[in-house]
Amino acid sequence: MTTRRRVLAAAAGALAAVSLLAACGQDATGGTDDGATGTVTYFTFSAAPDHLKELDAIKAEFEKQNPGITVQVQTAAYDDYFTKLQTSIAGGTAPDTFELNYENFVTYARAGALLPLDERAKADKDYDANRLYPKAREAFQFKGRLYAVPSTFSDVVLFYNKKLFDAAGVAHPTADWTWADERAAAEKLTDKAKGIYGDYQPVTFHEFYKALAQNGGSFLSEDGKKATFNDAKGLEAAQWLLGKPGTVQPTVAEIGGKADYDTALFTSGKLAMWHNGIWQISKLAGTAGLDFDMVTEAGNTRKANAVFMNATAVSANTKKATAAWKWARFLGTSQKAVDTRLASNWELPAVNDQAAFDSYLKKTPPANRKAVFDALADIALPPVLDAQQSKMQDIVTQALEKAASGQATPQQALDAAAASVTALIK
Amino acid sequence: MTGPRTATAARPTERAKGHAPRFRRSGATRRRLRTALAAAGFLAPSLLLLLGFWIGPMVGTAWVSLQDWNLIGVPTFVGLDNYTELLGDAEFHAALGHTLAYLAGYLPLVLVCGLAVALLLEAKLPAMTLYRATFFLPVISSWVAVSLLWKGLLNPADGLVNRTLAAFGVPGPGWWTDPDWAMPSVVLASVWKDVGFVAVILLAGLQAIPRDLLEAAALDGAGWWRKLRSITLPMLSPSLFFVTVISLINGFQVFDQVWVMTEGGPGGASSVVVEQIVKYAFSYGRVGYASAMSIVLFAMILLVTLVQLRLQRRWVHYE
Repeated sequence: MTTRRRVLAAAAGALAAVSLLAACGQDATGGTDDGATGTVTYFTFSAAPDHLKELDAIKAEFEKQNPGITVQVQTAAYDDYFTKLQTSIAGGTAPDTFELNYENFVTYARAGALLPLDERAKADKDYDANRLYPKAREAFQFKGRLYAVPSTFSDVVLFYNKKLFDAAGVAHPTADWTWADERAAAEKLTDKAKGIYGDYQPVTFHEFYKALAQNGGSFLSEDGKKATFNDAKGLEAAQWLLGKPGTVQPTVAEIGGKADYDTALFTSGKLAMWHNGIWQISKLAGTAGLDFDMVTEAGNTRKANAVFMNATAVSANTKKATAAWKWARFLGTSQKAVDTRLASNWELPAVNDQAAFDSYLKKTPPANRKAVFDALADIALPPVLDAQQSKMQDIVTQALEKAASGQATPQQALDAAAASVTALIK
Repeated sequence: MTGPRTATAARPTERAKGHAPRFRRSGATRRRLRTALAAAGFLAPSLLLLLGFWIGPMVGTAWVSLQDWNLIGVPTFVGLDNYTELLGDAEFHAALGHTLAYLAGYLPLVLVCGLAVALLLEAKLPAMTLYRATFFLPVISSWVAVSLLWKGLLNPADGLVNRTLAAFGVPGPGWWTDPDWAMPSVVLASVWKDVGFVAVILLAGLQAIPRDLLEAAALDGAGWWRKLRSITLPMLSPSLFFVTVISLINGFQVFDQVWVMTEGGPGGASSVVVEQIVKYAFSYGRVGYASAMSIVLFAMILLVTLVQLRLQRRWVHYE
């Protein structure tokens, strides 16, 4: 009748089709067939749309070094990536290799969708585990086994516009800043008449768990059985984020749902401080007339930095296991991949390679690239709730939205969210 | 088989007339058979499609609703666990409440506006076809396009609606960024899109009302309101019943507008049932739970439609 009905019908159809396909797919588990040549498919979210050229270069070098193997790249935007990955696995058409981030890794490992890689790693004399950044190697272990080869990491820093700071006569941010320093500077820098905002930090799960850590709080109880982010420290962290929109940062209504509003604001020189990831460096460095630098984020009672880690996993159902392993290893550890990522300011390779990083540090802007590595001294990884990760993240983001839109006080919103998250832990 | 035989038996006299009738008779048999085969042939594709893409998935969904399944791993049978969990799920109850709130706003508005438009479109004016086509244009547009259009018009920052209001010195609301206005925004967009559909159905109903009834009433001194109440509306009741049932069924399944305009926000203020189904199935990895929601929604729609079918005896007049 209308599209809605058709959407529902299509969804229902997809569900049934998927269940049938899943039934067929499951019989073919194991992936013991040792395909060493042929076409290997690779599904990624980090390459599109800005780094397809670089990925092509890595792929070309891999194919040159491994005659007989062809890599076929499929990309999706991060927002759609996991929906597509889930459906393709359920439908028995999983890519041979695919990118996974730290938060979602356990869900896939536990569900048996990933091929364990230890034996291949041991048998492969070209693979040197020590070349990988130890924290990243640890992050992609499940029940003591390696299920994905770490490929990249990135962290979130505070970017700032030097011109705006100088014009307002405010001292540049330092690594010793606390929230109070940031707030005072943001207030001085905000000039709504000129459309200039002092600060920008999204009010979401990822910012909240990190702010909580910066405030010395903890998201879950020590035994991991209970959500504890609704204590006084959590409330203060929520208020730190909620206090920005409408004062030093535009409100949701002022932004009006425009995509990349914050990016446009910063690159047009109308935003003094911007909490964002180092994946923005290539865009910022390429913006003419933008005089910017970066520093690790301010802590309140301690420093804590968000780090994102990605890895390449091999599908449990692949028929090209050997070739897939080679590609995953190449993406993570090869010199070509490391150099390409560093040269293009893509996410950083998850390797222990000081020589390679030295060349990265020498490049400007920004002058203080060291902040990327300083941040690793105080890592706050997101809490991981096994199969319920996206639900938990949505609960927290929604609670913050409720508080921001006045549907509940911050304390009420956090209490309700903590109860829901505790209920998710079984 | 019985058809042709009765036909033969019914015309015993023709048999005596020799070859020609017999020839005609066997031709009739063949024709009937051919008609039946042709009918089956024409029906088969849609029957197969209906079975494969409608009945099949529904049975499949019912089966999946008894499983715990994240799309990636192997489903585990959990019996009615998903349904008992639904009973205590405050978020689902809130979504149900928002869906009913949507219906409470959408249904009366779309019916009243649809009726008003139908009455206007019935008038004899030059270029009436153009007006009719204009009102029907949103109906054949995609939901996503219409939702994006309204999201832009109602943009709290620089949307046309708030700019116009500001020109008159009225501060516009935050529309879809404000929890109190999010659902009204969705209702507005939906009514705008569906009013043409309701109007076209009602217009057809209006045109079927015999002129003489209205003329007789006018002679008796009935005014516009009196004629509308005592003749037009009763005569229109079958059409009204039809659009009410259809609009209610569609209204329960409201999704696209919500997904595009608010994503259920802010803070879940416009979260509706189908949006929850999609989230649970495709982002939270709980396909079984989402299927249980679908089945509950299906049962509710069925129930409401049955009640309506029963109630229609009281107010729908068939000539």
